Amino acid sequence: MTLASSSTSDITYNFAYLDEQTKRMIRRALLKAIAVPGYQVPFGSREMPLARGWGTGGIQITAAIIGADDVLKVIDQGADDTTNAVSIRRFFARVAGVATTEATEEATIIQTRHRIPEAPLSADQVLVYQVPQPEPLRKLEPRETETRKMHGYGEYGLMQVRLYEDIARFGHIATTYDYPALVNGRYVMAPTPIPKFDNPKMDHMPALQLFGAGREKRIYAVPPYTTVRSLDFDDHPFQVQRWSRPCELCGAGDSYLDEVVIDDQGSRMFVCSDTDYCEGRRAEGHVGTQLEQSAGQRLTGGSS
Amino acid sequence: MNVIGDMVPALALSAPLLRVDGLTKFYGVQRGCEGISFELYPGEILGIVGESGSGKSTLLQCLAGLLAPTNGDIHFRNTQGAEVDVLALPEPERRRLMRSEWGIVHQNPRDGLRMGISAGGNVGERMMAVGKRHYGQIRATALDWLSRVEIEGGRIDHKPSQFSGGMQQRLQIARILVSEPRLVFMDEPTGGLDVSVQAKLLDLLRVLVRDLGISAIVVTHDLAVARLLTDRLMVMKDGHVVETGLTDQVLDDPHHPYTQLLTSAVLQA
Repeated sequence: MTLASSSTSDITYNFAYLDEQTKRMIRRALLKAIAVPGYQVPFGSREMPLARGWGTGGIQITAAIIGADDVLKVIDQGADDTTNAVSIRRFFARVAGVATTEATEEATIIQTRHRIPEAPLSADQVLVYQVPQPEPLRKLEPRETETRKMHGYGEYGLMQVRLYEDIARFGHIATTYDYPALVNGRYVMAPTPIPKFDNPKMDHMPALQLFGAGREKRIYAVPPYTTVRSLDFDDHPFQVQRWSRPCELCGAGDSYLDEVVIDDQGSRMFVCSDTDYCEGRRAEGHVGTQLEQSAGQRLTGGSS
Repeated sequence: MNVIGDMVPALALSAPLLRVDGLTKFYGVQRGCEGISFELYPGEILGIVGESGSGKSTLLQCLAGLLAPTNGDIHFRNTQGAEVDVLALPEPERRRLMRSEWGIVHQNPRDGLRMGISAGGNVGERMMAVGKRHYGQIRATALDWLSRVEIEGGRIDHKPSQFSGGMQQRLQIARILVSEPRLVFMDEPTGGLDVSVQAKLLDLLRVLVRDLGISAIVVTHDLAVARLLTDRLMVMKDGHVVETGLTDQVLDDPHHPYTQLLTSAVLQA
């Protein structure tokens, strides 16, 4: 599905589902979040026609910023065709009548869960994250009153203790997702459950990054071209995941790979988690090992 | 009564580390402690004794910044030699002071330790809080401190919940002393430990405090602990200080009737 028609808005709802006052409230929170990069701004999270924890924070931000001429892309674990992604995309096609797309380059707003697209984003795009737990210190300090003070006074030693524990137990920093990062040299931020593979992409990204936590009622943001530094130790520097082989469908060696079990014997293959990126490369003629093998069996798509 | 000069002349020449004036804490109309004034000199250990409900824990919590006093002043001489009004300090600076130059040993080690984090992480936290970012150095210092409080190095990655009560208390002490504080508050440091473990812990505390030249304020209801650990004693009753003096003097020649009652109530083993 690319560029669907944009005249199917459901007129029984206000544009983009939320009423205008709610959108203003969210926009005010967004402006504050952008003004203070990484700071968690409380907002009056609304009930959405979707269970809390399924992306209500991201949906509310998207609803507040979307316009009739926007083109929306929604990804879940990097894929455009999973249930959650399809449902949210259809939701906005219906209540806002906007065009939707699966192509990263065509989108003006990309709502995401768990991934940043592999294709570099540009200055005219907005990346909206769905956040389950906005407080990076929560696992270490249960009291909200205390974590607010720690953010306010920049007391981030405790975050370092978490990384220390990783090295003490596993010999290296074993945190692979939701890897804490320092935004603009001031606030430590939970980058949501994106793999730490994507952390370097957040640093000086030309696109605006907005984070919404519906259940926890917090919004935060990373403005374009802002430093995002992943925390580490001097003798254990930050590193991203590496794979020993490229994507078996498109042969990409630079993308984040999912491990997929393909039969009852435990055989597995590694494929790009970003489906749009993988399909784009295959359309350009790149071929991975799995595709080469199955070419004779007239298999073109996945591994079915 | 300035008796410090007779005992340790060098100390009397230096300025007091902590100066407390008219410290008062009311819980509504209920008195916690009232009109407490004293001075604490560098390297000195002050004991606060009294029965349950006499206000000694309230006093310690006010001093340590855990409670806001109703009235009174607390002045602390920082490493730069300047006297700071602790209660007037902005909160971030007070918190910085509390995790670098001050330390609090809680009666229950669970209050002072992070139970979900390994012993090494517990000891390393204060180092990381002041900006240490080298894992190897943090771990080496943690190992050194574990050995100083007589915990085997092999247990550095165990969680405090796997430790005995005495070990937890020693770990709590290591966690605080690692930042080499100049003032340590102790609330019943030997409470809840059996007698032989108490004796070892007291011995250890005495060595560490003397080696590092730390000043300390120790709240206890155990006069034996006071005798072993402290230089000077304050006896409290109903929120007031009824008698102060050198520890041996107060315990051997008590003046106030309540102190006489307190010392005569100790069982002789």
